[in-house]
Amino acid sequence: MPSPRYWREIPARYRLEASKCTKCGKVSYPARRICPGCRGTEHERTRLSRVGKVVTATTVHVAPDDFVMQAPYAVAIVETPERARLMVQVVDCEPSSVVPGLKVSFEFRRIRKEGHGGILCYGHKAVPA
Amino acid sequence: MRDVAIVAAGMTKFGELWGSSLRDLFVEAASGALTMARADHVDAIVVGNMSGGQFVGQEHLGPLLADHLGMAGTPAMRVESACASGGAALRVGFLEVASGACDLVLAAGVEKMNDGGDVTAVLATAADQENEAYHGITFPGLYAMIARAHMTAHGTTAEDLAAVAVKNHRHGALNPKAQFRREVTIEEVMASSMVAEPLRLLHCSPVSDGAAAVLLCPLDQAKRYTDRPVKIRASAAATAPMALADRKDPAFLDAVQLSAQRAYKSAGVGPADLHVVEVHDCFTIAEICCIEALGLVAPGKGRDAARSGLTALGGKVPVNTSGGLKSKGHPVGATGIAQVIEIFEQLRGEAGDRQVKNARIGLAQNMGGSGASSVVHILERV
Repeated sequence: MPSPRYWREIPARYRLEASKCTKCGKVSYPARRICPGCRGTEHERTRLSRVGKVVTATTVHVAPDDFVMQAPYAVAIVETPERARLMVQVVDCEPSSVVPGLKVSFEFRRIRKEGHGGILCYGHKAVPA
Repeated sequence: MRDVAIVAAGMTKFGELWGSSLRDLFVEAASGALTMARADHVDAIVVGNMSGGQFVGQEHLGPLLADHLGMAGTPAMRVESACASGGAALRVGFLEVASGACDLVLAAGVEKMNDGGDVTAVLATAADQENEAYHGITFPGLYAMIARAHMTAHGTTAEDLAAVAVKNHRHGALNPKAQFRREVTIEEVMASSMVAEPLRLLHCSPVSDGAAAVLLCPLDQAKRYTDRPVKIRASAAATAPMALADRKDPAFLDAVQLSAQRAYKSAGVGPADLHVVEVHDCFTIAEICCIEALGLVAPGKGRDAARSGLTALGGKVPVNTSGGLKSKGHPVGATGIAQVIEIFEQLRGEAGDRQVKNARIGLAQNMGGSGASSVVHILERV
């Protein structure tokens, strides 16, 4: 992934920045220009709480090349108290224990080493709360 | 808008076709359709293809394929909607004929997946790259999350999912074009290797090469090409949020429901009027979610349909008589056209051992990504 493409995502990936629609209050993660709920275009910046609950999950056994060394690993959709949903890996636990309803918190982690150069890519993963 | 008919069809066998290139596959399928109709020209060519650029490093498929068909000069372009590219190509061809812009259109789909590309990574480009694929999710992984959500909400089990594979392999065993012409048992499905929990290898459609093509013309010109035209009663499409996390209910496919509702309204028929249906069973859970979204069963009630025989050959509404993506194979860009060819053959009474008696109205539903796009066509024997 070329660097600018990575840098552009830093506010969302490093700081969990989201947008809150000033018209309908919907929180979008990552931030959007147009609210998917009401098509409003006025937003304020906000940050997601660092906790949430698993909506659904899987354990990936057959992984893409950059993740082969991590498999098997759990990936989940987590809903935060702001009702934003994001996809994250859930770590520091048995993957089979990651089931709908599990309470988690977010931690800043390395996501992967990319390509042959092994460029480090960061973001958030969830751990059981 | 003019009424549009399908007058001819051609397709390759689906499978690991090491001896055939992308252009070979297309030419075989397209020539089959042209020969059937005894047509020596077309007004336009529309090709569904998900990712020639990434699978074989080839873009700009319109002119390439027109050229290899001996039709350089003919307008030709590629249409993309991930795994729904074939259905989308048919819809574009339908609109070209319905609008009066063209009188004879070749709508085709082709994908060459077995030529060295990193298939898992290429397919993952149909998901949200920045917010899903970045975190290591795969396509089976996305459908596994849909399955988990369905299990949690509706009590569906991994064995219920396996019953879909068993049914579709039973159908596919009867299809000479299918990649896997053999039956499987629930025990075999449940003993196959884990891909993304709860989905095992035999819950997943295979990696396939193949092409499929149909010829479209105005219904009132159809008799020039065939005695048994099949009318396209409706063509409809819809989208849903791209990322699974952004859908209201990850266990329900909103785009499929929306595209079906539009098609039913346009055709003036409902789910109870369908005699044969092809749905996009890229994974077993997808068939369960699709029959719910199409209204063949109530929401949340799809889990028993395969096992009870409701959707099997001989049942009330046979689904995926071709073997579906699961057994017939899933060359992604070709799938939407191949589904329509199965309905075309069923309505013409040409489906051999898979024939549904007196089938008159059929539906084909083709889906892209984890359900972010869906195309539905309703066909009728005339």
